[in-house]
Amino acid sequence: MSTLLEVRDLVAEYAAAGGNVVHAVSGVSFEVREGETLGLVGESGCGKSTTGKAVMQMPRPTSGSVVFDGVELTELRGEELRRVRPRLQMIFQDPISSLNPRRRVHDIVGEPLEIWRVGSQPGREAKITEVMEAVGLDPAVTGRRLPHQFSGGQCQRISIARALVLDPTLLICDEPVSALDVSVQAQILNLLEDMKARYRLTMIFIAHDLAVVKNVSDRVAVMYLGKLCEVATPDALYAAPAHHYTAALLASVPVADPSVRPGLVPDALRGEPPSPLDPPSGCRFRTRCPRAEERCAAEEPLLREQSPGHLVACHFPLGPTE
Amino acid sequence: MFGRARGAGDLETEVVETEPGTARMATAEASAGPLLVVDDLHVGFPTERGLVRAVDGVSFRLEHGRTLGVVGESGSGKTVLSRGVMGLLPPGAVRTGSVRFEGREIADLAPDALRDVWGAEIAMVFQDPMTSLNPVVRIGRQITEGLRHHLGMGKAEARETAVALLRSVGIPEPERRLEQYPFELSGGMRQRVTIAIAISCGPKLLLADEPTTALDVTVQAQILNLLEDKQRERFMAMVLVTHDLGVVAGRADHVAVMYAGKVVETAPTAELFAEVRMPYTEALLKSIPRTTDPSHTRLAAVGGRPPDLVDLPAGCRFAPRCPYAQPRCVAEEPPLRTDTGSGHAWACWFPVGTPEGDDALARNVRAERPQTLAAQA
Repeated sequence: MSTLLEVRDLVAEYAAAGGNVVHAVSGVSFEVREGETLGLVGESGCGKSTTGKAVMQMPRPTSGSVVFDGVELTELRGEELRRVRPRLQMIFQDPISSLNPRRRVHDIVGEPLEIWRVGSQPGREAKITEVMEAVGLDPAVTGRRLPHQFSGGQCQRISIARALVLDPTLLICDEPVSALDVSVQAQILNLLEDMKARYRLTMIFIAHDLAVVKNVSDRVAVMYLGKLCEVATPDALYAAPAHHYTAALLASVPVADPSVRPGLVPDALRGEPPSPLDPPSGCRFRTRCPRAEERCAAEEPLLREQSPGHLVACHFPLGPTE
Repeated sequence: MFGRARGAGDLETEVVETEPGTARMATAEASAGPLLVVDDLHVGFPTERGLVRAVDGVSFRLEHGRTLGVVGESGSGKTVLSRGVMGLLPPGAVRTGSVRFEGREIADLAPDALRDVWGAEIAMVFQDPMTSLNPVVRIGRQITEGLRHHLGMGKAEARETAVALLRSVGIPEPERRLEQYPFELSGGMRQRVTIAIAISCGPKLLLADEPTTALDVTVQAQILNLLEDKQRERFMAMVLVTHDLGVVAGRADHVAVMYAGKVVETAPTAELFAEVRMPYTEALLKSIPRTTDPSHTRLAAVGGRPPDLVDLPAGCRFAPRCPYAQPRCVAEEPPLRTDTGSGHAWACWFPVGTPEGDDALARNVRAERPQTLAAQA
């Protein structure tokens, strides 16, 4: 598989009140191979959504490189960037607020084709019908309706149809199911898997729910406070996490099985992530890490390969037997 | 406790005597009786389109110190149920049925009389700590308010108690926090404050409505542990309302699953997960992705969506989405009934894991009846 997207040393910072700087993303590197789904998982404020948006160049990252299909996106200006954009599409968490409440579903789905003047009028109509049917909407019935006449799950289907209408290469999904009930969530996750196969998509799937991320991903990257802690295949990551943060996250997930005793969260994980205004020196997880030593404050652990395909940024990673 | 009329939806009446675990509890609490008995509770909201039947005939009882998990998706009525018990409903809401707290009917109490119950006897923790705390009042005053009103404490004593309470819910530097405003605290800390306020006057019942839904998973685990600790220390009963079966699996003694305003299945927690009877509960459990499943596992999605609460179907409310549904399900509403002594009850004509259920499912598979058409519209 060739690399479709390569992100190097991505930094995204924002000015905050009082001359402070929010260090939202602080030097993140990863690649996404053609046809794979990379899951990006972490808690609120870890920078996962900012990373997704920085890949889209909306807004542009503070520094770093984003190479998409051989093209450096951060150097593109104006019309050049505009021409690449249809190949990268994004869907968002709140499907209702991401649709224009005054436009009919047919027009919402077809708008990208109009903007890009793709094909002839009959060609456009055929494409709209095709994607609407693909996401499970009946174009004849639903096309004339307005977004408020649909449930959250249906609105997410509309968002997906709109994202697919320009035949994108990369689809970035930012918490696409976290506003949905579990029964609807399953429908949308299955739909995304189907669309990925049908349209040969490459995906970045951003979410806070570890089980959801595992379900759709070929590789998973765990973020904490603006940095990647661990990248691995889902099976390796969930069976034998190497980073203490990944292990703590996994231990915190409530399991729908009464025989699993909850609450085995390591004491050290009491407390919450520090502020991205003033992140800790060295390893950013050290203030909550049960294994932290002086070295973790002095020296930042770099993301390195612990075993083939399993990257971890920790001076004292958990072994496979621990 | 036996003198009242039995509603159609009675969950655990008399069951208490036959289950070993609860029989012991019932003896110990015999003089006191159950803490909370809700009988045939209905809550409706009049709208232009008609009455929205948010809670439609729910009955349950809760013993001292026990936890009832109420699970359901959006619009199932779980939040309205907890507010209906508390008497915290918006003007215009129509409520019927009985809510007895320690044998006393509180459903017909006026707001003035309820004020002595709220906080002192029954307390509530909500989903969003930012909106349940007053943004322009310091944390200190928000905690001491209840202590002074209900327990008649003086200023100094209330302040001291507030510091102790904040410390007990794991808030560092409690003295300094008293002077802060809610916006100065993180989401997890704010939820700790609302728990401190809720338990401050020693309520016997805590209604926790999605207490961790707005929080991150590591913080969620901490808050659920905290609630469990406080509950055990104080022998406080809890109604834990959540959409997450994972949350109730580890924390509740008994679970009630709600769908379209009704309890459709209820059981001791372990039994519910081991022997699901109601197809809706089964569908919910099957649709959750799990970290133990391999990636790209196809999820068993339930097609369609819940019925319109203004215009409810005649039969079972889940029938249009149910893979087991038969003509009888559409025609006749199944009552919540039990055939075991364990307190496991379900509302289904063709329950999962029974010969009737297996037959019904096989018939539908043979007929290639699509599970649902509702996903289309």
